[in-house]
Amino acid sequence: MTLWLLVRRSLRQHLLSTIVTALAIALAGGLLMSVWAVKRQAHDTFTGQTGGWDAVLGARGSKLQIVLNSIFHLEASPGNVPWADYLDLASNRAVSLAIPIAVGDNYRGYRLVGTLTNYFTQADYAPGKKFAVAPGGDIFADGYREAVVGSFAAQRLGLKVGDEFHPYHGLNFDPNAQHQETYKVVGILEPSNTPADRVIWIPLAGLQNMSGHDPNSANDVSAVLVKLRTPVAGKSLELLYNRQGNRFTFAWPIAEQVAYLFERFGWFDQVLTLVAWLVALVATGSVLASIYNSMSARKRDLAILRALGARRGTIFGAIVFEAVAIAALGMLIGFVIYFGVVSVVAAVIRAQTGVVLNPLAWDAVLVWAPAAMIALSALAGIVPAIKAYRTNVAEGLAPES
Amino acid sequence: MALLEITDLRKSFTAPDGGKHEVVRIARFALEAKAQLALSGPSGTGKTTFLHLIAGILAPDAGRLVLDGVEMSALPESARDRLRATSIGYIFQTFNLLQGFTVLENVLLGMSFGPGADRAHAEALLRRVGLGERLNHFPRQLSTGQQQRVAVARALANRPKLVLADEPTGNLDTANARASLALIREACTENGAALLLVSHDPAVLASFESHASLAELNAASRPNGGAL
Repeated sequence: MTLWLLVRRSLRQHLLSTIVTALAIALAGGLLMSVWAVKRQAHDTFTGQTGGWDAVLGARGSKLQIVLNSIFHLEASPGNVPWADYLDLASNRAVSLAIPIAVGDNYRGYRLVGTLTNYFTQADYAPGKKFAVAPGGDIFADGYREAVVGSFAAQRLGLKVGDEFHPYHGLNFDPNAQHQETYKVVGILEPSNTPADRVIWIPLAGLQNMSGHDPNSANDVSAVLVKLRTPVAGKSLELLYNRQGNRFTFAWPIAEQVAYLFERFGWFDQVLTLVAWLVALVATGSVLASIYNSMSARKRDLAILRALGARRGTIFGAIVFEAVAIAALGMLIGFVIYFGVVSVVAAVIRAQTGVVLNPLAWDAVLVWAPAAMIALSALAGIVPAIKAYRTNVAEGLAPES
Repeated sequence: MALLEITDLRKSFTAPDGGKHEVVRIARFALEAKAQLALSGPSGTGKTTFLHLIAGILAPDAGRLVLDGVEMSALPESARDRLRATSIGYIFQTFNLLQGFTVLENVLLGMSFGPGADRAHAEALLRRVGLGERLNHFPRQLSTGQQQRVAVARALANRPKLVLADEPTGNLDTANARASLALIREACTENGAALLLVSHDPAVLASFESHASLAELNAASRPNGGAL
């Protein structure tokens, strides 16, 4: 009770410095938790984001580019895959499902992807989960100028069932590159929290035959999404396409390609983490500075407490406890900052990739980072606590001139 | 046996020129339980140092200081702190109230370092000194006389055997000084505490039946009887 009363009153007496220091801890702790949680969640979500597919076949090129283009709907396709080769792969005994996609157009920056209706009816985007169209809509019919819009794209573009739009040529929005064709929205997908949410889906033939496209590649596709009968079947197909052949690239397994991307940018993670730790150290240093600077003003109070019978250890403990209390208060605010930062980052990542991070998801950093900040602050509190411990009672009690 | 017994007590400080400046040198001093004694002495004669030595705030260079049968001078600092918290009440000239704490908290804090906070007792003491309506006021919201009364209540909070008062009326006007002095003496009597009060005010000294001069105590212990 005594320690708590001493600390509570001291924090109140030095309210401004308490608030400023607690905010510094809050920012540092919030940043540290955000960096850590976003890094981990992004890694887990992206590497776990296969769209339900085991592999992708694309034109000869980078496996990562093929995966980014066909699974995350980012980047450009490295080339085309002729229809005959798609059929060849689809009939391979190792393949249980193969669905072609074609890209090359957009609507106001949101990518149009051409595919077959069995993308929605046969494929699971996650174990046991198939794409569903929101009530009042339907899947497009092959051969018609119809579109099914991902939930995020529909929300951002304000598209609803019955709306019509003209696609634009290219993957980036150019107002001067409008196609003549008009597509009608026949369905809006229910949110799947996958990159498919930020795509406008149209029939494969529609994209292949869009006005202005090269008629020579009207039967080509950009990539083939592959579901294997057994996980090991990928090895034989990889051998077939990557080693024996030189026309295509078989990207398998998908998660490995994304993990490789994270590996390549591992240095950036480390820099970000280092910066977060440095900020945390500076913030805990501010606890030290704030309490230490107030020691002269508290000299008399400390001497009075000692004269009343408080032991040196009690005074020492009260100062360390005060540092801990400031850090704990700061970390409470830090959770709000964490939630704010992760929510903003999650919104940006969702807008850019369609991948959804959950700001409320559990992460061990939410326990160890506050504990670390409080422990560091307690350590910082030791310096002023030593000064308080050494208070000369007789000197402190002397009447002030 | 006396409540407080002092034998050959010495305390000196290092002067700015590096030399030793002996402030206290008392061969014998005793105070009986429940007794009230005024100790006189002009400024700079070591009155506060003497009280600090008795309270265990300062450790003597030499000599014995026995309080209620416990040789304080032989105790380590933490044990002296404990003894001070439980057996000694201290009233300072400048009251030394904790400005960030309420009247009640000032008294409760003093208790918490001793036998433990007893809210009912603290409130009863504050009512006794006429501050029953000011429990949640802060010291800055009180008059000087009221602050002095909080200091009295705090000094008596742990039911000490000895109350030390260092120029307790030094900051008060004549009327307040008289009332405050009477309160201190009455409260000590009611609580069965001995009172050792130092002052250089002749009016205060004259009101005590027993008084001694610190200068004389110091001089008596010198071989030549000379000044310090």
